[in-house]
Amino acid sequence: MISRENRIILDIDRLDIHEGEVLAIIGPNGAGKTTLLLTLDRLIKPDSGQLYFQGIPVETIDELKYRRMIGLVMQDPLLLDMNVLDNVMSGLRFRRMARYEIEKRAKQWLQQLGITHLKDRPARRLSGGEAQRVSLARAFALHPKLVLLDEPFAALDTPTRIRLLKDLKSLLASTGVSAVFITHDQDEALMLGERVAVLLDGRLRQQGSPQEVFSKPVDEHVAAFVGVEIIIPAEVADNQEGILLVNVDGVQLEAVGDVVVGKEVLVCLRPEDVTLWPNDFPFSSSARNRIAGRISRIVSQGALVHVELDCGFPLSALITRSSARDLGLVEDQKVLAVFKASAIHIIPR
Amino acid sequence: MDIIWEGLQRAFLLLTGGDQEVWQITLLSLKVSGLATGVSLLIGLPLGTWFALGHFPGRRFLLGLINTGMALPPVVVGLWVSIFLWRSGPLGNLHLIYTPTAIIIAQAIIATPVVTGLTVAALQQLNPKLRLQILGLGASRLQMILTLWREARLPLLAALMAGFGSVISEIGASMMVGGNIRNQTRVLTTAIVLETSKGEFGPAIALGILLLLLAYLVNLALTWIQQQGEGTSSRLM
Repeated sequence: MISRENRIILDIDRLDIHEGEVLAIIGPNGAGKTTLLLTLDRLIKPDSGQLYFQGIPVETIDELKYRRMIGLVMQDPLLLDMNVLDNVMSGLRFRRMARYEIEKRAKQWLQQLGITHLKDRPARRLSGGEAQRVSLARAFALHPKLVLLDEPFAALDTPTRIRLLKDLKSLLASTGVSAVFITHDQDEALMLGERVAVLLDGRLRQQGSPQEVFSKPVDEHVAAFVGVEIIIPAEVADNQEGILLVNVDGVQLEAVGDVVVGKEVLVCLRPEDVTLWPNDFPFSSSARNRIAGRISRIVSQGALVHVELDCGFPLSALITRSSARDLGLVEDQKVLAVFKASAIHIIPR
Repeated sequence: MDIIWEGLQRAFLLLTGGDQEVWQITLLSLKVSGLATGVSLLIGLPLGTWFALGHFPGRRFLLGLINTGMALPPVVVGLWVSIFLWRSGPLGNLHLIYTPTAIIIAQAIIATPVVTGLTVAALQQLNPKLRLQILGLGASRLQMILTLWREARLPLLAALMAGFGSVISEIGASMMVGGNIRNQTRVLTTAIVLETSKGEFGPAIALGILLLLLAYLVNLALTWIQQQGEGTSSRLM
């Protein structure tokens, strides 16, 4: 646990980082993500609690020796005022390795990150993406046992970010190094993380596979953060062998779960799991939920269209632009919102 | 105007004639101010680093004192150093009064707050997360400090130049603790005052030109080092 000025910054019961895995930690600004990362690197000392590294209490390991097993990449590249090659060699020089070995390793990692052509360029003349590649090369050249990455791509434009994410994913896969990747972006967490942990207000609310965390959030706060837009209070009216009938403002929905009848719950649904159909369209589908509603707002989001509906309760759908065009969607139009029972996630209250 | 013209003529003759006494005064000035600046660097650089990177009770108050010390009047410094080094003073048995060592002590006291204060400013203008990143690369505390010094080398050299500038041109402390004794403690500034008081404007102007030239050449050398270091790669460790 870490607190400052009577405020709890971090309060974590247990967090495991398995060897060779990439753990993505997501959370909003101010959740304590950076503090957690710096604590893992022993740059911040916790007020209470214990850190273990490969089963050994971290306090019993020499601090410098421990830190030299970790590679740290921060949000700003924070390169030194020297050229690219010297920057990549800087961490190796701290370890007083043999000169030829330092240069050999640094050049190898410049090549891995595709920046050999920049080796003589002064760091301050690099673009954001180039600088972050140098920062990655600098960390990986140390051959760390654990890499800690604090939102390394947050300040970059989308195309650069996507390219670097792909490169980082392939680097992590090829080296097999354990990594903790901090981000507030769910897409990055989904792309890189083999496991995802959600940090809210200094507390770990949920840990699990990306599938679990994003489809089955444990509470409404996690649900709201991971992009579950539709979170509606409901009551369980019936339970027929795992198929629940839930009452949402007078509308009956079918969901999958095991909750006692009469229990108050939250119905969570992702807008991308809702499809829209013309109101009078005669179709056959396995989807158990078909709710009539009226379009209250249509918002274009690039290649996707976000449609807000009034079905007696607020609902929303995220569909492709071409689908919206084919349906001829306009505001105030009557439509049918269709979604599977399995798409609903139930959170007991 | 005749005074100025005659003074300039005599100055030219003195400078080109290789006057022994003039060069002795110049070398002594360079020696005492150079050593005083060196001492202030040895004290001011680690002290400024401690203030910049540390967190301890009373830090702001002490920093305020250091910043105030940057404006210490040289005569006040000279007064107190004289009191301590006076034959009947606490350190009178060291017999340092009216020696070049006394001038070095006084000038070091003048220059140290300048170097310290500017070192604090130089390090505090670095990104505060840089320290964490350097430690995160596996640097020891000493390696981290050396790296931060390297990163702040331009403003640190400026601190050194400011420290030297504050002492090469001061007269109050040099006069009071040195005594302006011929061939022993006479430096450029005290010599200028003496020659001017005698109406000897030629030597005074010559010494003034030398003082300016000395200050310029030392700062030129430091500026050259500073600008060489700008953005080029170099090994610290």
